[in-house]
Amino acid sequence: MSNDANVKGIRSVIFSSSLGTLIEWYDFYIFGSLAVVISENFFPAGNPTAAFLSTLATFAAGFIVRPFGALFFGRLGDLIGRKYTFLLTLVLMGGSTFLIGCIPSYETIGALAPILVLLLRLLQGLALGGEYGGAATYVAEHAPANRRGFFTSWIQTTATLGLLVSLIVIITVQSSMSKAAYADWGWRLPFLLSIFLVVVSIVIRMKMHESPLFSKLKKEGKTSTNPLKESFGNKANFKMVLLALFGVTMGQGVVWYTGQFYAQSFIQKTCNVDSVQSNMWIGIALLLATPGFVLFGWLSDKIGRKYIMMAGMLLAILCYRPIFTKIYEVCSVTDKQELVDKLKITEQHSLLAKSTADSVITYDTLRTYADGTTLSILKKQTLYADASKNTSPEIKKTVTLNSDAKYPIIGLIFILVLFVTMVYGPVAAFLVELFPTKIRYTSMSLPYHIGNGVFGGLVPFIATRLVDSTRSSAGAAPSDPLAGLWYPIIIAALCFVIGMIYLKNKNDEDVMD
Amino acid sequence: MNSIKKYLGFIWLIIGPIMMVGLVLRAIHEFSISKPEQMEELKVFWPVVIIIFIPIAIGFSIFGWYAVKNLYSRLPENSGDL
Repeated sequence: MSNDANVKGIRSVIFSSSLGTLIEWYDFYIFGSLAVVISENFFPAGNPTAAFLSTLATFAAGFIVRPFGALFFGRLGDLIGRKYTFLLTLVLMGGSTFLIGCIPSYETIGALAPILVLLLRLLQGLALGGEYGGAATYVAEHAPANRRGFFTSWIQTTATLGLLVSLIVIITVQSSMSKAAYADWGWRLPFLLSIFLVVVSIVIRMKMHESPLFSKLKKEGKTSTNPLKESFGNKANFKMVLLALFGVTMGQGVVWYTGQFYAQSFIQKTCNVDSVQSNMWIGIALLLATPGFVLFGWLSDKIGRKYIMMAGMLLAILCYRPIFTKIYEVCSVTDKQELVDKLKITEQHSLLAKSTADSVITYDTLRTYADGTTLSILKKQTLYADASKNTSPEIKKTVTLNSDAKYPIIGLIFILVLFVTMVYGPVAAFLVELFPTKIRYTSMSLPYHIGNGVFGGLVPFIATRLVDSTRSSAGAAPSDPLAGLWYPIIIAALCFVIGMIYLKNKNDEDVMD
Repeated sequence: MNSIKKYLGFIWLIIGPIMMVGLVLRAIHEFSISKPEQMEELKVFWPVVIIIFIPIAIGFSIFGWYAVKNLYSRLPENSGDL
C-alpha cells in the first residue's frame, strides 16, 4: 500500500473510532455535568446535600462498573473482534442515555425514579468500559510503531472533547430557555439528543474494517479461547495488569478527574460561581489545552512514555494546592468592596403546595460589588403548622464574577488540563504496548477503567465529602475548602513513586505479538 | 534498583490491610460523632467507599507480594516472556 493510502487509511480509522468514543464520553458526562439538576429531580427533597451525594454516588456507580464492562466487552472483543464489539457498546450507551432523559421525576413515580436512573447509569458504565479499550486497541493496531503515541493520542482527546461538547450542549439549552423551563423539562434535551448522535456514529462504524492484527490472528487460528483466564490467571500477565494500575492509571485517573471534573465541581459548589458562566470558561480552557494530548502523544514517541506521564503527575502533586487556592481567591467576595446602596432584598411568602397551613418564606438577597461581581443568596424556609417538622432553611449562593475574572480562571484551568494531557496523552500507547494482541483488549481495559473509573471517578464524590466534613453546620462555609485535594494528591504521589521505580521508559516497537 | 523494588514491596504488602482497617475504623468514628442531620450523607458515603476500596486494597497487597518475590526485577519484552 502506498504511503498516501496508508495515511488516508489511518486517518479514517482514527475518525471512525474517535467519533463514536467522543459520543460515548458525551453521553457519560452529561450525567455528571447535570448532577445538581438530577439530584433535584430524581431524589427526594428535604436534604439537598444527601440528594447531591446520592447523585454523585449514582454518577460514581457508572464509573465503578466500568471495569466489569471492560471484562465483558474486552473478552468479547478478543473473541469475536473489535468492530462488532464497538457497535454493541455504542448502541448500549446511546440507548441508556436517551432513556435517562425519559424517566419521570421522583414526584411522579417515587422511589422508582432513582432506581431507574441507577440502572441506566450502570448500563452506561458497562458500555464505556467496553468502548475505550477497544478504540485504543483498534487505532494502535493500525498505527506504525514509531508513531503509535501520536495516532492513539487522538483517541485521548475524545474524553475531554466529549466533556466539552456536553458543556456546550448544556449551555446552549440553558441559554435558549427560562431557568424555570430548564429546571422543569429543558435539562432532558441533552440526554435525548444522544440518540441522534449515536445513529450517525453507528452508520460510520458499520463501514469500519476489523483490526488487521486481529484478522491475522483469527486467520491463523491463534485467538484466545479464554482471554479472561489468560489475562488474569496467568501470573506473568496479571502482575503487569497490577503494575499498569498502581504505577500509571491510578495516578493518571485522579489527575484527569481533578483537573476537569473536580475543578468544575469546586468552582460551582465550593466557590458557588454561576454554572453558565463557569461552564463557559471551563469550556474555553479545555479547548485551548486539548492539543496538548496530541503534543505529548507525539513527544512520547520520541522520548518514551514513562517520564512524560510521571512529570505530569509530579507537577499535579506540587501545584494543585497553589492553583486551587488561587481559584478560590479569585472567586471569593470576602475582600471585594460592596456597593451598599445597590443591595436588594426581596421577601416572598407562599403556601406550600397542597397545603393550607404550611408556608414557605423565600428571602432573595442580591449584593453588588465595585468590580461588577454579584452575589445572590436565596434562603428558603419552610414553616410547618406542626413546628416539630421545621428544619434549617435551605440556602443557595450564586456568585457571578466580573468578566475580567475569566483570565485567571481560564489560565488556571488551562494549566490543570495541561497536566491531564501529560498523563493521558501517552497512556493509550503505553497500555497497548504492555500486552500481547490476543488478550490486549481484555488486559488493558481493566487497569484503565479501574484507574480512571474507580480512582478517578470517585474524585468528586470523595473530595466533596472531605470539604463538607470541615463545615461546622450545613450551609456554613468550609474551614478548609481545599481539603478535597488530599485524595488526588495522595493517590497521585503513591502512583508516582511506584511508576518511577517499577516502570521502564523504553517503548515496545512490536505490538504484533 | 531491584533491592528497592523488593523492599518497597513489603510496604505495599502491609498498606493493603492497614487501609482496610483504617477505613472501617474511620467510618465507625464518624458515625459515632455525627449529628442526626449528617447521618444521611454518611450512609451514602461510607458504604460506597468501603465496598470499593477493600478489593483494591487486596489487589495492592498482591502487587506488594509480587514485588517482594522479585517478579518486577525484569519486565517482559514480548509475549514469549509471559
